[in-house]
Amino acid sequence: MVTTEQETRSSSASADEEFALRVEDLKVYYGTPRGTVKAVDGVSFNLKQGERFALVGESGSGKSTLAMAIMRLTREPGHIAGGHIYLNGRDVVDMPEREIRSIRLREMALVPQGAMNSLNPVMRVGDQIIDGILDHVMTDESPPSKSELDERIHELLIRVGLDPNVARLHPHELSGGMKQRVAMAIAISLDPNIIVADEPTSALDVVVQRQIMQTLGRLQEGLEAAVLLVGHDMGLVAQFADTIGVMYAGKLVEVGSVPDVFKDPKHPYTQLLIESLPSFDISRKFVGIPGMQPALLNLPPGCSFNPRCPSVHERCFREVPAFLPIDGRGVACHLYDGETSGVPPLAGEMSEGQRGAAN
Amino acid sequence: MARATGTRNLTMGTRARLARRRWGVFYQERVEPIFLYGRRNPSLIVGLAMLGTLLLFTIIGLFGYAQLEPHTNDPSQNSRLDAFVSGGAPVGDKRLPPSWCTWCEDIAELEGDKKPTLFQYPMGTDTQSRDLLATNLRGIPLTLGTGLIAGLLSVGIGTVTAFVAAYYRGLPDVAIRLLTDVGISIPGLLVLIIIRIQLGTELLWWQLGAGLAAVGWVFSSRTVRSQVLVLREQPYVEIARQSGMSGLAIIFREMMPNLIPYITASFVASVAGAILASIGLEALGLGDFSSPSLGMTVYWVIQFGAITLGMWWWWLFPLIFIVIIFVSLFLISAGLDEWSNPRLRRQV
Amino acid sequence: MGDDSLATSSNSRRNPALTGRQNPVLTFISAFFGNFIVQRFLLFLLTVWVAATVIFILPRLTGQDPVKEKLLLEAQRGGSVQAGMNEMAQEYSARLGLDLPIQEQYINYITDLARLDFGYSIAYFPRTVNEIILDSIVWSIGLMTVTLFLAFVLGTGAGALLGWSRSPGWLSYAFMPLLTLSAIPQYMLGLVLMFIFAIILNWLPFFGAYSPGNLPEWSLGFVLDVLRHAILPALAILFSAVGFWAIGMRGMMVNTQGEDFMIQADAKGLNGTRIFVRYAIRNALLPQVTGLAISFGTLLTGAVLVEVLFQYPGLGNTLFYAIRVSDFFQITGIVMTIIISLAMATMIVDLVYPLIDPRVKYTQS
Repeated sequence: MVTTEQETRSSSASADEEFALRVEDLKVYYGTPRGTVKAVDGVSFNLKQGERFALVGESGSGKSTLAMAIMRLTREPGHIAGGHIYLNGRDVVDMPEREIRSIRLREMALVPQGAMNSLNPVMRVGDQIIDGILDHVMTDESPPSKSELDERIHELLIRVGLDPNVARLHPHELSGGMKQRVAMAIAISLDPNIIVADEPTSALDVVVQRQIMQTLGRLQEGLEAAVLLVGHDMGLVAQFADTIGVMYAGKLVEVGSVPDVFKDPKHPYTQLLIESLPSFDISRKFVGIPGMQPALLNLPPGCSFNPRCPSVHERCFREVPAFLPIDGRGVACHLYDGETSGVPPLAGEMSEGQRGAAN
Repeated sequence: MARATGTRNLTMGTRARLARRRWGVFYQERVEPIFLYGRRNPSLIVGLAMLGTLLLFTIIGLFGYAQLEPHTNDPSQNSRLDAFVSGGAPVGDKRLPPSWCTWCEDIAELEGDKKPTLFQYPMGTDTQSRDLLATNLRGIPLTLGTGLIAGLLSVGIGTVTAFVAAYYRGLPDVAIRLLTDVGISIPGLLVLIIIRIQLGTELLWWQLGAGLAAVGWVFSSRTVRSQVLVLREQPYVEIARQSGMSGLAIIFREMMPNLIPYITASFVASVAGAILASIGLEALGLGDFSSPSLGMTVYWVIQFGAITLGMWWWWLFPLIFIVIIFVSLFLISAGLDEWSNPRLRRQV
Repeated sequence: MGDDSLATSSNSRRNPALTGRQNPVLTFISAFFGNFIVQRFLLFLLTVWVAATVIFILPRLTGQDPVKEKLLLEAQRGGSVQAGMNEMAQEYSARLGLDLPIQEQYINYITDLARLDFGYSIAYFPRTVNEIILDSIVWSIGLMTVTLFLAFVLGTGAGALLGWSRSPGWLSYAFMPLLTLSAIPQYMLGLVLMFIFAIILNWLPFFGAYSPGNLPEWSLGFVLDVLRHAILPALAILFSAVGFWAIGMRGMMVNTQGEDFMIQADAKGLNGTRIFVRYAIRNALLPQVTGLAISFGTLLTGAVLVEVLFQYPGLGNTLFYAIRVSDFFQITGIVMTIIISLAMATMIVDLVYPLIDPRVKYTQS
């Protein structure tokens, strides 16, 4: 279950212990010649040990940027502009490079995007699995022997559903799905308690996507790790996650358990996202979301979703909605903060985005 | 039709306002991005600025300094440029360091009206008292011209062969690929030496450029061909082909725009390579002896032992010009690389 | 990037070695005698043949025969060399057969080339071109191979550090000097070095390979003398070539750091040194090695001019003097020797490349 912002703020230090990952008001900005792009702008959420949290949103909503920031892998021209990321109780935002390096793989691991060439093309798969292990040998430990390492490679490859002989191959000899399994073998090689999976199934075919998600689920259960899954496929994500967070234009607009959100989406954007899912049960016209996501450089005043929102109010053009806890969930929308409740939306005046979509 | 009438009915004021607005849009869409791009790609800007400054210096020099009165009363001399061609006219009685070098021995010795004004011959003279600034001013365009001819021809031949190879595949492709593979491992300069020797005549600057292109086009062909091969497999080219677009139309409308950065980069590289080779060829004594190109100056420097004579001004200034040419061409090609491959976000 | 004749095995082609363990030596040997080697050797022969043919045909297209003219001129001039020149003229007629049809001339020419027989020198008549080449090539090999190899190692190392985003900041100041060094032609750099170290400071000799009057022998004094003479020309080649390789490697490092696997290496929390060596350098080196094959020619011709500048008695200087006296046979011999050595070096690089890039196999595409 997700605790909302207010509750987090009031929580005591002991609360840190029970959360594997606590993200607090995180801001990741990109400096570009045209101005600052606020890719992630004040996002907060918590992840319990063993929880599967999925982050969904359109491309460009900042979800991958958020995932990379949690791994502290933000690259120039991006930088973490504010906020905190508590990993097992320790803030990684200002952690020295040496420490963050020892935490990666040991405490948190990344399963990269499926479309990426995340394996070193000139190294054998086995060597790429063990170099992470070798580099995390503590100074007071003796390095593992050759046979121990071989055994470890063997075991890890079997756990991700690969033939152990794959260890001797080079990445170009593997299919996309196999590569992604190798990436998972690397990710679990030191039993981390947080796995960040950044669109792990992108660019894979549908059958392989399902297999990969099943494997990821199996591994998560084995490790009892918390998983942060980033994706844009609501359907795929819903089958995997316990909790879902919806991002729009750099902000988290809704958080809740998967059944709650799918049964009763609060934010108009979430509503539209769920409505746009194809379904076998109800035969209806395919609905999309009108308009385009605004450019992050040039966000509309007020709520970023106002150009596309079907229930837009006059307030939405002035005030940025705060993230509110309701019914154990959270939503950032003026519809739920009391003042707007009951006021009919501006139906007569179509916003520009809707007009564009209607034409 | 309706639109044309509409335009005619516009008042002058509206038209001016529209024009202003159009300019505003033009500025925003076309001009501003260049500045923004320049900030992201400083090597291109610095390289172009360096080359531009050198060209400006040469032009001002050729139409300014070089047109000044010659250092001599010889009536056959119309300007300082002639000094070289007619075999030299004495300024003093010997080689002289730059006139501003008042502490140099040879200048300090001069007395009375023989003492030069500060900028009389700013780059000194060679052993035959030829004005070296005038020589260099003529040499820069000659050397750049050789490179330009070679670059244009290389890229022209290279692009056409690359398209023929990639488009027609089969036998032409095999033949051209083999030819470029072979050509790349033959040092063109050496082949040119042989040809030049057997021809027995001196090569003029543009003939030298053409000769360099004849051995240098293989590099352009290789670069462009590998890129055409990538483009050929792109979905939009495939769609264009299936929708019945003609071969030439595909090449020019679909592929060319994506190839321009590579072709430009290849052109810059060819120019640089040709200039390097031409200077080398001339330094070996295979250039045009009546032309004062930078390479020939290097030849004379070696021939007359300018180093051992302590005549630093004879080789230092051409060296500076050569370095400016190569550094600016390198920066431009690095900038073009960034342009064609924006993933190299970091400046080179 | 890679040579087109090297096949890049695609994702779709699975490795058959998934199940059994294969002897790597056997795999290597069977690959070694696969057809890539043979093909690469044929390409080498083709390269030499094309070069020789171009040299033969192009001048004849002009209809002039300056060689014959030169020989006749020398013969007419008479004097001490006249007897030799008459023989030369006969030799020339016999070899290239001025009166023979062109195809027979060509066959003679190619046969001689295949036997590496370049005939007699015009300038030093009774001596053969091969004798002259043998005398001078030792000096060239000593000077050029050592410096060009050193330059590749040093330049690649420097470029790797320069292009590495975690290198100390002050290192970036080395970029402009290196760029300038690579932009200065080797012989121009030689001029500057000669001026500073030989003329102004008078520390080192500025011409020759050993002091005049010193006879070549195996003694410590002579070896030191040779080394002293080699320093300046070697530095001229080295500096410029180091800059060239450093700039190239720096670009490749920047490219490589944009690759996905570099992010993943960071995400694995790997040691900085391991990421630098095994991930960044290892991958950035591949195009650098391909570039080695292509750049040999340019670097070598530059080195030829450095020899001329320092009057170093290698192939380059010999070529320069042969050009000055229009000794055609000698020029052809030296140029063909350089072309053959270059083609061989390129072939060796191409053959070694599959060993360092697992994606490229010894098979035909």
